[in-house]
Amino acid sequence: MNNLSPVIVGAGPAGIRAAATLIAAGLKPVVVDEAIKAGGQIYRQPPDGFTRPKSSLYGFESRKADRLHHLFEAIRPQIDYRPGTLVWNAGADHLDLMASDGAAASLGFSHLLLATGATDRVQPFDGWLTPGVFTLGAAQIALKFQGSILGPRIAFAGTGPLLYLVAYQYAKAGADVVGVFDTARFADKLAALPGLLHGIGHLAKGMYYVAWLRAHGVPMYGGIVPLRVEGEGRVQGFAWQGGGRTKRVDCDAVAFGLGLRSETQLADLLGCRFAYDDLNRAWLPERSLSGRTSLAHVYLAGDGAGIAGADAAELAGERAALALLEDAGHVADRRRIALLESRLKRIAKFRHGLERAFPLPPADWGGAALADDLVLCRCEAITAGSLRQAARDLGVTELNRLKALTRIGMGRCQGRICGAAATAILAAELQCAPKAVGRLRGQAPVKPLPVVTLGREDAA
Amino acid sequence: MSARRYDTAILGGGIVGASAALNLARSGLSVVLLERGFCGAGASGVNYGGVRRQGRPPEQIPLSLRAHAIWARLQDHIGIDGEYIRSGHLKLARSETEMASLLAYRDRIAGLGLKLELVSGNTLRDRFPMLGSAVVGASYCADDGHANPRLVSPAFARAAAKAGAEIREQTEVTAVERTGNGFMLQAGGDEIRAGYLLNCAGPGAGLATQAFGETVPLSSGYPCLGVTEPLPPLFAFNLGVEGGGVYARQVARGNVVFGGGKGYALDDRNCRPDMKALMQTLQDGTALLPALRQTHVIRFWSGVEAYMPDRNPVLGPSATTPGLLHGFGFSGAGFQIGPAAGAVLADLVRDGRTATPIEAFSIQRFTRTRQMAPAKSYS
Repeated sequence: MNNLSPVIVGAGPAGIRAAATLIAAGLKPVVVDEAIKAGGQIYRQPPDGFTRPKSSLYGFESRKADRLHHLFEAIRPQIDYRPGTLVWNAGADHLDLMASDGAAASLGFSHLLLATGATDRVQPFDGWLTPGVFTLGAAQIALKFQGSILGPRIAFAGTGPLLYLVAYQYAKAGADVVGVFDTARFADKLAALPGLLHGIGHLAKGMYYVAWLRAHGVPMYGGIVPLRVEGEGRVQGFAWQGGGRTKRVDCDAVAFGLGLRSETQLADLLGCRFAYDDLNRAWLPERSLSGRTSLAHVYLAGDGAGIAGADAAELAGERAALALLEDAGHVADRRRIALLESRLKRIAKFRHGLERAFPLPPADWGGAALADDLVLCRCEAITAGSLRQAARDLGVTELNRLKALTRIGMGRCQGRICGAAATAILAAELQCAPKAVGRLRGQAPVKPLPVVTLGREDAA
Repeated sequence: MSARRYDTAILGGGIVGASAALNLARSGLSVVLLERGFCGAGASGVNYGGVRRQGRPPEQIPLSLRAHAIWARLQDHIGIDGEYIRSGHLKLARSETEMASLLAYRDRIAGLGLKLELVSGNTLRDRFPMLGSAVVGASYCADDGHANPRLVSPAFARAAAKAGAEIREQTEVTAVERTGNGFMLQAGGDEIRAGYLLNCAGPGAGLATQAFGETVPLSSGYPCLGVTEPLPPLFAFNLGVEGGGVYARQVARGNVVFGGGKGYALDDRNCRPDMKALMQTLQDGTALLPALRQTHVIRFWSGVEAYMPDRNPVLGPSATTPGLLHGFGFSGAGFQIGPAAGAVLADLVRDGRTATPIEAFSIQRFTRTRQMAPAKSYS
């Protein structure tokens, strides 16, 4: 069994737990991580020499962060750790890597556990490309990793638990939070209460952030529609519609996000079977509760295969690692597996509640309501109107055809940013469900690759 | 339901089949085109986009010149410009041996109507200062160029539809057979009858050859292609290298599309670029165009292309079955000549003959070889 060469992609909560589980069984996994320090997005660690205490970096989560960072330090000597390394392609038995020094390498695997995490889901709206507009995740990275705040006057808009958390973190760090603008309504949150009670601790934290923000005089609005970011060359204001009226506020930055979306490109390149997930409003690689996929030897854990949060990611990381071990011939610890699965199921119920509490804006806000001249694809400067025109004039009914004919999803982000908007627009044109237009096929490289990495300099 | 009858049924909505459909429909014939995926989404749509005559074997030059005339009026023909430009095609030599090959090629095709200009030394450096020191000389074909296959190939099918052809996408043909006065097909649950059958199915052309007892050594090839982020204007010409290897072109919006080497199959219809081949391509490519070193690649891709062992297509009548015409196996070089190949097939249906010499592309050349017939010149 020692000839196994398991590889874990991602060193967040799922990846670290998975690695620790494999080590406990006597294996030495390779852990490849794009970040230079372990912890993932949620428990991202600042660079060396930064001195903000964990309590201010991670708030309520500081003990969990601490525990995970310590766990990682403990297992680090026993793993083949590749920080700062991008996995840019995946084949049936190997990954293509770009290391932190720019060197390209191929890494074989016998078993692959993907814990690739998530990024913000965004929907383009008027002014979204103005310098000074960030995703909620980027705003949090600026604070957690670099100890900087964006603003100083900053509006938080969108929906999802991150909205209130980051607003709270910014306000606590001294930013002038001009408001929290939630596209979901307060009524949605009340309706979701039964589901939310499955995660009572999280609910309490969420309520704490809201209460804290309210107590500190931060204006909060529910059921709003973002109208535009104002300003030429830099953000000068944010305008929204709420209660039937149009309002605006002065600010220097806008942090925006509509929850998270899974990073699924590697599972796609590997050929995992995908299915449309109504809860996440996205195509996701199929996985069982054990983390197994449609492919033998490929496992999924954490937010990279459906958003469930950091606690679920730790459980799923361990569960998927146990599945890997079982498939490799190790004896399975049935009791541990049953415990992990029952906890994962409980979190899943809470997630259903959360999605009801922070529902995505109606699809037509990101689809039919967008102006023709709005740029959806910032890489290729493709407008909403050009997509509609392709649907009308060229008879496009499927997303990859739309890509071929308009270049949407062909730029640097390969549709990770613009794909949801393209889907919404095409579905609105065809008056069909988003899943009916298919999904953009993943293509390597997952992220842009410097040519010098791939082609050696010539001797001349 | 009762079978509909057409003058011609076409298998495959690539650039060849769609061009044939367009020409036939404009001649007033009834045409149905059956495409299992989307028109122009196969090799015709995902290829590199080179539109060049230079480098083709002598037997392909007449067909290529006919295509050249079609490309010249592309906008009128298919309704879009397809980003087609006559940028020139520059074929590079990296050694004196390769330079000698370029010279020999020019002599071989002399008198066939292709103007080639050999450049080297200071002239080369002055005219093409972006080239690296690895380049010793080049052959320039001023009227060759490049286009966007993603746009051009589907536009042929759209133009055909506009001219009256019936285009059925996402329609799998499951059976073909000869009947008393033509052909009967099972396609997407329907029965279709036609007087003529054009087999333009690229890598899927084996369905019809097998159904009619023709054995051809058809195989699949997988190019390795990539594209960089948009860059400032670096070079206008379509770049190739003597002996094959790297090819590259820069599109109007700045991205450099490049390719070289071979990918691999996942299954019959899906393939992947080979990353080692692409690394080699970039290594070789940056020696030819050093400015590419400072850029990023944003996407790699591949596609399934139909190959023949002698790299010439099968184009013309079946050897076994009257009314069956083939147009497949363009061996990774069909984009430029595809429109003319479709026009030739339309000639054959409409007039029973074509003025374009296609003897070299006869399907019988493989049967002859199998029977150990003496080697024949195809010109």
